[in-house]
Amino acid sequence: MIKHYFIAACAAVMSLSAFTAAAQGTTAAPSVDQQLVQRGEYLAKAGDCVACHTAKGGKPFAGGLAIATPIGTVYSSNITPDKEQGIGSYSEADFDQALRHGIRKDGASLYPAMPYPSYAKVKPADVKALYAYFMNGVQSDPTPNRGVDITWPLSMRWPLSIWRKVFAPAVAVDGPEDNSPLIRGQYLVEGLGHCGACHTPRGVGMQEKALSNDSSAFLSGGVIDGYLANNLRGDARDGLGNWSEADIVAFLKTGRNSHSAAFGGMAEVVANSTQYMTEQDLAAMAKYLKSLKPVKEGTAALAYDDKTHQALRKGSDQSPGAMAFLNNCAACHRSSGKGYDETFPTLALSPTVNAENPASLIRIVLEGAEMPWTHKAPTQFAMPAFGSRLSDQEVADVVTFIRSSWGNQASSVSASDVAKVRKQLPEKKTVEAGSAPLAKQ
Amino acid sequence: MAIKKDKVDVVMVGLGWTGSILGMELTEAGLNVLALERGDMRDTNTDTPYPKAVDELKYSVRGALFQDLSRETVTIRHTLSDVAVPYRQHGSFLLGDGVGGAGFHWNGMMYRNLPEELEMRTHHEQKYGKKFIPEDMTIQDHGVTYKELEPFYDFSEKVMAVSGKAGNLKGKIVPGGNPLEGERTDEFPTPPLQYQYSASLVEKAMRDVGYHPYPAPAANASQPFTNPYGVRIGPCNYCGFCENYGCYMYSKASPQTTILPVLLKRKNFEVRTKAQVIKVNLDASGKRATGVTYIDAQGREVEQPADLVLLTAFQTHNVRLLLLSGIGKPYDPVTGEGVVGKNFAYQYNGGINVVMPKGTQFNPFIGTGAGGVGMDDLNADQFDHGPLGFIGGASIRHVRYGGRPIKQAGTMPGEKVPNWGSEWKGSVQDAYQRTLTIGMSGSVMAYRDNYLSLDPTYKDANGQPLLRMTLNWKENEGKMLTYIAGEMEKVGHAMNPEKVVKAVRKTGSSWDTRVYQSTHLTGGAIMGTTPKNSVVNKYLQSWDVPNVFVYGACAFPQNMGYNPTGLVTALAYHSAKAIREQYLKNPGPLVQA
Repeated sequence: MIKHYFIAACAAVMSLSAFTAAAQGTTAAPSVDQQLVQRGEYLAKAGDCVACHTAKGGKPFAGGLAIATPIGTVYSSNITPDKEQGIGSYSEADFDQALRHGIRKDGASLYPAMPYPSYAKVKPADVKALYAYFMNGVQSDPTPNRGVDITWPLSMRWPLSIWRKVFAPAVAVDGPEDNSPLIRGQYLVEGLGHCGACHTPRGVGMQEKALSNDSSAFLSGGVIDGYLANNLRGDARDGLGNWSEADIVAFLKTGRNSHSAAFGGMAEVVANSTQYMTEQDLAAMAKYLKSLKPVKEGTAALAYDDKTHQALRKGSDQSPGAMAFLNNCAACHRSSGKGYDETFPTLALSPTVNAENPASLIRIVLEGAEMPWTHKAPTQFAMPAFGSRLSDQEVADVVTFIRSSWGNQASSVSASDVAKVRKQLPEKKTVEAGSAPLAKQ
Repeated sequence: MAIKKDKVDVVMVGLGWTGSILGMELTEAGLNVLALERGDMRDTNTDTPYPKAVDELKYSVRGALFQDLSRETVTIRHTLSDVAVPYRQHGSFLLGDGVGGAGFHWNGMMYRNLPEELEMRTHHEQKYGKKFIPEDMTIQDHGVTYKELEPFYDFSEKVMAVSGKAGNLKGKIVPGGNPLEGERTDEFPTPPLQYQYSASLVEKAMRDVGYHPYPAPAANASQPFTNPYGVRIGPCNYCGFCENYGCYMYSKASPQTTILPVLLKRKNFEVRTKAQVIKVNLDASGKRATGVTYIDAQGREVEQPADLVLLTAFQTHNVRLLLLSGIGKPYDPVTGEGVVGKNFAYQYNGGINVVMPKGTQFNPFIGTGAGGVGMDDLNADQFDHGPLGFIGGASIRHVRYGGRPIKQAGTMPGEKVPNWGSEWKGSVQDAYQRTLTIGMSGSVMAYRDNYLSLDPTYKDANGQPLLRMTLNWKENEGKMLTYIAGEMEKVGHAMNPEKVVKAVRKTGSSWDTRVYQSTHLTGGAIMGTTPKNSVVNKYLQSWDVPNVFVYGACAFPQNMGYNPTGLVTALAYHSAKAIREQYLKNPGPLVQA
């Protein structure tokens, strides 16, 4: 429920900021180019700035969200136009330095939790629009910035400048306008969309292994917050190989399609960011994603196999995994494993199910998941948490069963794999299934 | 002193079906709408997720989703000369509570009226003569016709993703549906649910006897469906946990699964839970409501000013609030004067139990809330009442709700079996797979001495008088069901059963409030054509205080054989349209008295 409200709050925040933009435009600063501010607002949504720069329950863009890093917790900063605590005193050049170069106004380097290596791709014209929005379209808020929870010597910031020099790319320059879908899609995916921040695996220096499609590591899947952010390349088994461009657009617009539903961080990305993007931009992103070659060339696509379905119907498979599936999962996902389009996601041939890394699947079973609220698809179908109902072994059984049924071909999962995920679960953020306060009895 | 809140355009009392519908319609019209809900916020994934949703002890036995009767209930008596006593345990009817109201725990039976049911007096007087209706039977026309309501029935069905099959599409009789229904403009949004084995047997038997069986319309979607609000409803999986439960499949239509995902996000909509409205406030003239007063979660009295007050709570609560607020003249059963509380009615039900030969496997646990086979040949005035000497009929259906272990594992019908022990177990085992019931849901006419009033003795937790029900069964209903049960017995026998056991109460017996019958309580704030015969006009607008509208089955002048939700929602949309298109432009009476 907390998450539910969080998403609701984010949606509200979006509209609120739109409102203030309009209000300020008419009263405070009549000279501001409203079109530029509006374009900036759109770009800020495309960049999903609000996701990190707003604490749960906090004012929009006032910062304070805890972000776990391998060396400790950092807190996002206040990027409202407040002169003291926010970025109100930033010039456009200062703003650009932070956004694309990772350098704060005082000269300190930003933690790369701020995806400035991706934002380096943003063209100066768009930086200008973003700056106009943050200065004129966002309500100022005096929430003070919070220091990092990192112990010395790791708390020293100077090594960040070395990281920056090694890993951050050169920033984009305004070139001739090319709005062909593939180029536009690449621009959005690699730049503001910063898809790679989650979907590209990271190297030893915590840097994304690739910031563009010059290596097949780019968008080949990464682990974030205990979830596997899926492979977005052309792999048929665990990537987007079987998705059409329209499928990708539907997913980004509504958080669901006939292949899958957004969960974890992606549910928030859809709720806060991609649902607000134009069909044209989403189509461009889809076109670009579909242009990415598979990591493993030549791997055959999976084919649906009805054997499991028949065995479950006849009751001929009574293995612990099959029984756990029938007793917990089949009600919605059905014995066919196909679920229902845009309602209860298919398990058969699902990229999330067939990913080599079962982290997402295990975590969803333990913790549940909820589809994001979107304007076009407001039903937040949710899967309850089964963590309190199923032991590690039972989860391992059922996940292994799912990963090897209906034509799925993924490795088995052990109880210790499940235990590892269970241990890393954050403090319970959703109400445990069925324990919500009901009418007094 | 009461806390005073900022004024809103519209305040609604209760956020169930009608509150959700009106909230949606009036926020769409740009108004600021506030819903005051006395219960808790409630939603599918937070309150009734799988598999904890399917807990029979918690929901069916202990009634986790029902109104807490220790804080507020009703009192009941059979006749004017009795002393009413409080209804302390849920029995005959199951009052809802919280966001979604009873619309969260209902079955999903979603019917349109037969056209004649909305013009009861006119129809019967024209067909059978003025003397056919007994003097003490105070039935009347709704003041709105089927034809007028058709678009709103249609829209309600689409919002709820109702499954079913049209039988009369634009005047053309379509095979597979109900040929007796009123003319429809469109097919049902989702196809009918599948018949279980038992339903297919009943269907054949009905047909063999000469009746017209049809797939019962069910607000249990047979497949995923995206409704006109963009909300997607899930598919029913026949789990057999509908009534008393929240639907973890998002398939049974409830405000939560059909409307609230959009409404709750609207910036001009607000819901305050744990806000119990105790009074509609009127100005000095008594002809205009200024808002409501409620008691909040901390027990504080709060005044909420509003331009428009909508009573969108359950039937009993709406009538009680009118009486507590002094809106309209209370009904006096002795003089027949007054209207508020008048024409309280209910439903008169019975069943035909059919026991098939040993070895029959019905698998009754494959159940739905409302899907199954129904027939209307003996409903309303679909058969000649002339020689029969009664008015009304019954909607008849076999719906297999489930085969749950506590309350749906009965002993062999018609046999005296102990309540426990090996004999009881043997009987349950014997009956479970081979027994089915054909239900008859009978209409109840309105009578001069069946009515609602404030109880002179008992009060709720806030110190306000409880609502008092005065109601008993009448001979007309006894005759009606006796006749219909006799006819339906033939259907039972047509199935070649081992035996048929009629379960119909004796004519002349009194209302037994301990046994569940239905939650279809109606009347008390009835609609009609003049302030003299009704509390509200055809748009459910109070004749006395035109900025108060009263929704729900309290508007029914008498009760029909069908379940009420179809008419309740159609009337709500019909009213909403009138508010949007007429009232807002020119606030005042929509019908001149």
